[in-house]
Amino acid sequence: MKDKMTLILFSGDLDKALAGLNLATAAASMGIEVVIFYTFWGLNILRKGKSLTKPKGLKRKLFGIMNKGGATKLPLSRFHMAGIGTEMMKQLMKEMKFPSIPELMKLAKSLGVKFIACTTTMGMMGLTKDDLISEVDAYAGAATYLANASQAKINLFL
Amino acid sequence: MPIAKTVEKMQELKPGEVLVILADDEGIKSDMPAWCQATGNELLAIQEENGKYRIFIRKKGG
Repeated sequence: MKDKMTLILFSGDLDKALAGLNLATAAASMGIEVVIFYTFWGLNILRKGKSLTKPKGLKRKLFGIMNKGGATKLPLSRFHMAGIGTEMMKQLMKEMKFPSIPELMKLAKSLGVKFIACTTTMGMMGLTKDDLISEVDAYAGAATYLANASQAKINLFL
Repeated sequence: MPIAKTVEKMQELKPGEVLVILADDEGIKSDMPAWCQATGNELLAIQEENGKYRIFIRKKGG
């Protein structure tokens, strides 16, 4: 049986997404089956640049204004500094020929990494399938994650 | 990230072709043999010079 790894990508920070996707692509290339479960802020990584659906209710609307999504718009977990620190990091990554988040996601998909979006947090944040990129393989909750994790040797939370 | 880059390039290669990787990441000395062992690609050589690494990998098959 193939080895398996699951990642919970809870964080929507650029650095953590980078670490998670780097691990996922390395694992997939080494013949390990990989499932990434995107939940909470991690859903921002799967979001299209602009939200298509209008969130229902004032709280979700305000939340939608504050919580911007999109794989190219992720902030650093430290030294974001209103975007200046993050921009510097992105330029540094380019100079060092690091792949970007969208590039790593594309590579991950080409290696068969599965993306699961957490429906529970999607509901809370007022996100619909239309808000997320088409690369999402499944929409599910905790039980699906656990069913995957219980078959996997490596389970990580980022 | 050298592994991610290697994975990307290896997809473009035909079996039996050799990829030369240039890296300045010391971890490559440990990572590339581990990666090759797991993937079945053949690690031909790792050359080290002034903190830079040149790695030769033959794609499996062919």
